[in-house]
Amino acid sequence: MEQDWIWGLVGGLMIGAGAAVYLLVNGRVLGASGILGGLIDGSGRDTLPERIAFLGGLVAVPPLLVPLYQVVDTHATSRPGVLILAGLAVGIGTRVANGCTSGHGVCGMSRFSLRGFTATAFYLIGGGLSVIVARHILGLV
Amino acid sequence: MRNFFAFLSGGLFGAGLLVAGMVDTKKVQGWLDIFGDWDPTLAFVMAGAILPMIVVWRIAARRDRSLIGLPMPGAFPKYVDRNLVFGSLLFGAGWGLAGFCPGPALGALTFGGWQSALFVLAMGAGMAVAPMARQMLDRLDTEAATEDA
Repeated sequence: MEQDWIWGLVGGLMIGAGAAVYLLVNGRVLGASGILGGLIDGSGRDTLPERIAFLGGLVAVPPLLVPLYQVVDTHATSRPGVLILAGLAVGIGTRVANGCTSGHGVCGMSRFSLRGFTATAFYLIGGGLSVIVARHILGLV
Repeated sequence: MRNFFAFLSGGLFGAGLLVAGMVDTKKVQGWLDIFGDWDPTLAFVMAGAILPMIVVWRIAARRDRSLIGLPMPGAFPKYVDRNLVFGSLLFGAGWGLAGFCPGPALGALTFGGWQSALFVLAMGAGMAVAPMARQMLDRLDTEAATEDA
């Protein structure tokens, strides 16, 4: 358990390094939902190759590290309905709010943005409530 | 150059998510589950990412151009509105339900089985219809304003 905290901190520093590169070199704010969403709804037409390159790194690099671990299990639910409902909520919610854990959370709060703190407060409330309902009341996850 | 560094940034971000354990949906749900067996790891992940970024924003503020000469981000919106609040609540609800937010869901795509793929597909569909959802919220706003008048 204590090791989890250390690896959490190390992984967090790597996430921060990724955000630092994207800001200082590319001049852009790292937000996973914005980078993907701009590709999907066409609002990111001007920066298409940069978005695809970022997503390429995000998808292709983690599996290179997987062999270092004995097991990497997402422990994701095998209920297709839950995955679809959750995916739709995450997709719509992050685009309506204009950001997710990386954009509002990491990049927003680190520049002391009111919008970043507000978004984070509300997605934590939404997440906490949904775990209470889905786990403790419905027993779904 | 620009695309190489975007790839590098995405790679660092994805590797960090894996190392931090954020691709494990049970761990994420454990963090959100304050009435269960609460898992504080995510606080350390956030701290690890935010602390260096506080310094990086200071450096960024002093620059007109990025290190390879690209424009820096312009002024950010400052308002807190209904879209920010409702959108974040909805995002959080989905995040708690499946334990995936956008970054880790994409990072786990190659090894997360059909579950990751299905979640990412649904998330993509949600992003495709999001502009419509935003228009609906805006219309509600206008109607409320008309009623007030």
